[in-house]
Amino acid sequence: MADPAIAADDPLAIAARWQSEGRKVAIATVVDTWGSAPRAVGSHLVIDSDGAFEGSVSGGCVEGAVIAEAMEIAQGAPAKVLEFGVADETAWEVGLSCGGTIRVFVEQLDPTA
Amino acid sequence: MKAEDLRAINAARAAREAVAYVVPLAGGPGRIVERGADDPLAEPLQALFATGKSRRLEGAAQDGGDLFARIYRPSPRLVIVGAVHAAQVLAPMAAACEFAVTIVDPREAFAAADRFAGVSIVAEWPDADVLALDAETAVATLSHDPKIDDPALQIALNAGCFYVGALGSRKTHAKRVERFVAAGFGEEAIGRIHAPIGLNIGSATPAEIAVSILAEIIEALRKGGR
Repeated sequence: MADPAIAADDPLAIAARWQSEGRKVAIATVVDTWGSAPRAVGSHLVIDSDGAFEGSVSGGCVEGAVIAEAMEIAQGAPAKVLEFGVADETAWEVGLSCGGTIRVFVEQLDPTA
Repeated sequence: MKAEDLRAINAARAAREAVAYVVPLAGGPGRIVERGADDPLAEPLQALFATGKSRRLEGAAQDGGDLFARIYRPSPRLVIVGAVHAAQVLAPMAAACEFAVTIVDPREAFAAADRFAGVSIVAEWPDADVLALDAETAVATLSHDPKIDDPALQIALNAGCFYVGALGSRKTHAKRVERFVAAGFGEEAIGRIHAPIGLNIGSATPAEIAVSILAEIIEALRKGGR
């Protein structure tokens, strides 16, 4: 009766599909926000080891930096928490123009389990 | 995240069931906790399930580190019973707020599709199969006819809908309460009905009534229902 529960462009549905195609995948999730942050806690960005991505963790401000880290994690580097904000010394390149701060947790989608 | 956990999360979402994925932020395997499961984290998770908000749980890991609880709750549905004037305004407003909206009214003249472009309309009596309610569904009865509204409200209370609201004055509601008591519903269950429906903002038109109803539904969705 209702719409499908999972949209076609849903990041976690895409992550599952990518893995079934044999691609190496990492999942990034917003875990903390302060001030004005564009995406809510829990928002997902999924990335493969070639840098393909779906979803978002910000309005596009920090995705590039997250993707670079996530490509390593997709291939087996340890999970980590990344922080972005105006207080960050790289803020000029990848900070949030809205003045907020976010933390993003990135972990591998473990193909062995 | 384990591949099997991702499959479990996606399966739960497809089945419109709420689950949490709990993962240590210092690294290490996460795990799935179903809503209502007997679990050491049941208490903090219950509060998160009620609002649908994901959150860091400080010091909750075995080693004293932080956990992150990602709450997956299905997108909300709104079932409007009574294809009345206020429903014509409420349906598109709720759709704009990302509710999947269904209107149920057995009176075919009311439920005519051209009055409700782009909305799912069911011209049948509201029984359990027609309504297909769950905890992630809000029900608003607007028909003003107890023959139509009462069964829908009773099914909604039994289904644990996160919001149950009924149009009608205090006097109308007092009579409804008498009927529901006679039908065996307890005080707690009847108390979950928002009646008169909607936040009290002095609404004067069908559109303003729709605003007050939708605001009350969103309050229940984001701050936890009764």
